[in-house]
Amino acid sequence: MEAFDAFIVIFASGIRLAVPLIFACLAGLWSERSGIVDVGLEGKLLTGAFAAAAAATFTGSAWLGLCSGVTVTVLMSLIHGYASIDQRANQIVSGVAVNMVADGATALIGNAWWGQGGRTPQLPDSALFNSIQLPGAYTLHDTPIIGPIYERLISGHDLITYLAFLLAPATYWVLYKTRFGLRLRAVGENPAAVDTAGISVRGLRYGGVLICGVLVGFGGTYLSIAQAAYFQPHMSAGKGFIALAALVFAKWRPLPALATCLLFGFLDALSIRLQGTILPVIGSVPVQAIQALPYILTVILLAGFIGKAIPPKASGIPYVKER
Amino acid sequence: MKVDAVPRPPAIELIGIDKRFGRVHANNNVNLKVERGLIHGIVGENGAGKSTLMSILYGFYEADSGEIRVNGEPVRIRSSREAISHGIGMVHQHFMLVQPLTVLENVMLGAEGGPLLAAGASEIRAKLAHLGREYGLEVDPDAVVGELSVGLQQRVEILKALVRGAEILVLDEPTAVLTPAEADQLFEMLKVLKSQDKTVIFITHKLREIMRLTDRVSVMRLGEMVADFETAKTSPPELADAMVGRKVILRVEKGQAHPGEIALEARDLVVKDDRGVTRVDGMSFVLRRGEIVGIAGVAGNGQSELLEALAGIRPLAGGEILVEGRVPPPELRTPKGMRKLGVFHVPEDRHRMGLVMPFQACESAMLGFHDDDVYGAGILFDRRAIAADTAEKMEHFDVRPRAPLLKTANFSGGNQQKIVLAREIERNPHVMLVGQPTRGVDIGAIEFIHKRIVALRDAGKAVLLVSVELDEIMALSDRILVVCGGRITGERLPETCNQQDLGLLMAGVSEREHAA
Amino acid sequence: MSATPTELPKWADVAVIPLINVAAAFVISGLVVTAIGEDPFNAVKLLIGGALGDLEGIGFTLYYATSFIFTGLAVAICFQAGLFNIGVDGQAYVAGLGAALVALHLGFLPGVLLAPACIVGAALFGAAFAAIPGYLQAKRDSHLVITTIMFNYIAAAMMGYLLVDVLRKQGQMNPETPGFPPGATMPQIKDLVAYLGWQWPDTPLNLSFVLALLCAYLMWLLIWRTRLGYEIRAVGANHVAAIYGGISPARITMITVLMSGALAGGLAVNVLLGEEHRLILQYTADFGFVGIAVALMGRGHPAGIVLAAILFGILYQGGAELAFDQPKITRDMIVLIQGLVVLFAGALEHMFRRPLALLLTRFQPPVPDAPAAERA
Repeated sequence: MEAFDAFIVIFASGIRLAVPLIFACLAGLWSERSGIVDVGLEGKLLTGAFAAAAAATFTGSAWLGLCSGVTVTVLMSLIHGYASIDQRANQIVSGVAVNMVADGATALIGNAWWGQGGRTPQLPDSALFNSIQLPGAYTLHDTPIIGPIYERLISGHDLITYLAFLLAPATYWVLYKTRFGLRLRAVGENPAAVDTAGISVRGLRYGGVLICGVLVGFGGTYLSIAQAAYFQPHMSAGKGFIALAALVFAKWRPLPALATCLLFGFLDALSIRLQGTILPVIGSVPVQAIQALPYILTVILLAGFIGKAIPPKASGIPYVKER
Repeated sequence: MKVDAVPRPPAIELIGIDKRFGRVHANNNVNLKVERGLIHGIVGENGAGKSTLMSILYGFYEADSGEIRVNGEPVRIRSSREAISHGIGMVHQHFMLVQPLTVLENVMLGAEGGPLLAAGASEIRAKLAHLGREYGLEVDPDAVVGELSVGLQQRVEILKALVRGAEILVLDEPTAVLTPAEADQLFEMLKVLKSQDKTVIFITHKLREIMRLTDRVSVMRLGEMVADFETAKTSPPELADAMVGRKVILRVEKGQAHPGEIALEARDLVVKDDRGVTRVDGMSFVLRRGEIVGIAGVAGNGQSELLEALAGIRPLAGGEILVEGRVPPPELRTPKGMRKLGVFHVPEDRHRMGLVMPFQACESAMLGFHDDDVYGAGILFDRRAIAADTAEKMEHFDVRPRAPLLKTANFSGGNQQKIVLAREIERNPHVMLVGQPTRGVDIGAIEFIHKRIVALRDAGKAVLLVSVELDEIMALSDRILVVCGGRITGERLPETCNQQDLGLLMAGVSEREHAA
Repeated sequence: MSATPTELPKWADVAVIPLINVAAAFVISGLVVTAIGEDPFNAVKLLIGGALGDLEGIGFTLYYATSFIFTGLAVAICFQAGLFNIGVDGQAYVAGLGAALVALHLGFLPGVLLAPACIVGAALFGAAFAAIPGYLQAKRDSHLVITTIMFNYIAAAMMGYLLVDVLRKQGQMNPETPGFPPGATMPQIKDLVAYLGWQWPDTPLNLSFVLALLCAYLMWLLIWRTRLGYEIRAVGANHVAAIYGGISPARITMITVLMSGALAGGLAVNVLLGEEHRLILQYTADFGFVGIAVALMGRGHPAGIVLAAILFGILYQGGAELAFDQPKITRDMIVLIQGLVVLFAGALEHMFRRPLALLLTRFQPPVPDAPAAERA
């Protein structure tokens, strides 16, 4: 029973840690499926978190925080889009720039506005997305197994978390069942085919980049005003890059992306849980090994030792109409 | 002119189409009339302007001047979308397909019939089934395109056009990527389309296909439309004559060749391209010291792969290459190794392969030989020696400007080509592989380059010359091998053959058919 | 790196464009400073004063510049071969381990040998850590950008474990190694000039600066004066022509990435052997990423990199002083400027090229004998 409890605790915490990954990963999916490589997810998560917390601090409204977070990440995305689509820039360079600008600007402005090393004041509950008790959670409290699972794993999350879980099937649906999705998948593979079919390559790619901005804005917002109750500099702490790894690991597909992000979230929760504990038989577990696992797994996949992660064929290559 | 029995306007009428790209006059006042319900062939050599003309028709380019009429109505076609809306469908030489998507998704792309795929999908499925039955164009709509054979992929391209309601189908070199059996199937398909009153424009340089398939044929040469025939009333020699034209015959002063020992021998060579398609399919020949052997053929019949294989760039999929009577060991079957054996190579495309455009001329002028001690025996390059060496080569080959330090890209085409030739020839090769030595080169430089190639022969070197310019082959070669479809279709001596004769061999009319 | 290069005269390309790019980054940073209620001109004055106002400032500036020269060269050498190594930070971090292991375990070596051995250790470990992504790129076609990003985090986890659980000195709270023995340090410039009878304030500037300049010079020699450099540039500029010329792109990729990792080790030499004298957690302080900005701004040329590194040295040192005087303008300001430099000098490099080219043609008669760009 104790093991079961621990299990529930780790899973619940894994879900919470996975939420920003899910948003960032699916955001990256939209961008890269359209042919725009995005290594700037990390920076966008950070700006999203900053803008959401700032707006929530000034207005006291979580919803205005969300709006602000999303608006700012969309702007960041559009800068990357402009560089990548219209200026035909090296998309890696542009993504690196986004990360640096985000890192510097949020800390600088945060410190100027609030002092405290750039950290916002602790936000009141009213300015946060709070957990929602699903109906029946309390009545099932005493039911063994199902009770704790329902009460602590399924119920009790905030709105953004539930949205994250809806997002993967929604992405799947749009990508595979709608006209826009079909065209977007096509433009990331062979923009010339899309062009000759009389569809605007530029329009589709801006579409992908825009959706990327919106989704990653949700992820950032979650970081500062749902998971935490404040913003502090560098708080994205590499989550954008884990999301990028998850995207590669999921081979750019939405449902595996959700699964991978959950896996990586659980690994994170596990490493936190195991910090300093000494397990029987194994002894003390180097938590860093678990932390590095997502990256190691992704490299192994990239190397083609277990299947092959093949990115959208045209991703990273500016489209130049010829002949 | 000809008056139609049925007063139907032609499906397509192009009037006075003109298009320039910089200095190149790709289409010069081109007129074309394509009657409805016929298969209309357009032939011409590479660079004759066929593809440009069709790109204009499909809205990829806009003509500088001229008029397009579809079914008698003047139209403006500024994008492929507009072309589609006028009932024009295009099957590109390089398929415009998205490999990881299914057939159905590829066909739907751009013609989805609504924001959700489900509704349109069933409609398109029905259409595909219908087209499959009616024209014999069956393809599994749920198959992933990338897993289909090239022939089936082309079928998907045709289906894409038909589903969009194309009445006029343009096929650009459609048989270039097909096996003979697949080509036969394609022809059957096109005949069925014709029987359903669709119009087909068929671009090719293969005369045999024209004779077999088309009702009318137009011939393009150097950007102009030079002839128009009813296929039944013309003959391959007449077409070949029109295609090649009566160009100024190049004269190269050269004496009798004195072929010596065998320098290079190819036995049953098989070479594949990057996609794994067999491009050289069992070629055997010998090349002797002191002779120039010309490989004549339409571009894309395996010449590039042959050259690259001989130069050690491309691996052999079969057969063997002998240098001085010996098969070189595997470690020498590399570009470096073949150079060591004295097999040098002037590649066909100096932009892509022969030169590094951002490099200084002197750096480009030692590519492949940069390990040589003359450029500095120690760790560091001897910059002065490199510049002096290049200056000397520039002097010998009259490269202008004589600026070894100037960026390669800043020389004109002819001078860039001279840099490549100087690099290889000055190094005293045993065997010289030369690809398209005068492509994009001005007249004066052509003459110069030809002289140097002959001088190389006279110095007792073996020269293998690949060119799509028949004049060049005729003027320079001591023997001519004609290739088609990766095979040698005939051998001729320049004194005893004419261009029409070669043209037929190039078009794949085999020796036997030829004699008949 | 460029999709559609616009031809500019060389002087414009080398001098004007980088200046415009940096100016754009500064203008935007100035606007941000204004927005947070500070005077940007005063900030610049404080920044320059702090970085160059006295010998102490200059010493610190050059100390930072030393780090940036190494990381900038590491990024730039890969640029030459058409590769993008984002993993310089991780490689430098692991290089620190190499330096520390040599310093702590080969302490019996005489001082003259120990420091060079530490440098070799740093270079070897940096190269070894770059070898895996390099191999995967060369032989298995795995994208170097993604693998090196992953390897930065693998480095962080691995070094975290080693410093916390393995290398930490007994009874010590901080995750750091014991201090290096006296021989395992880079000579301080202060001590060196003292021999000549000159005074130099106490700054961390050490002999690594000279080593960095030497590396820049050697890289210039390598790239433009040796066969290997020739082959690296050929692979970077035209893959197909390189193969035609008998050059193996896989081999060149591997060699280049190894050299890049070794250059990243220079950061360990400057910071650990020159200043800290022990290996500490996260000692790289993201300086590996500064290298990206430096390499882009220096346009991949060693001379440009030295200049760009000094500029960033001024920013880091001046920024520290500025943050001291004006607490509202933290050192994050420098990271912002750095990001904007990458944005303007890297991603948006053509944005100013086209207008500038237009402007120049307006004031210059067209060159009569312009080479004809013929298309065969």
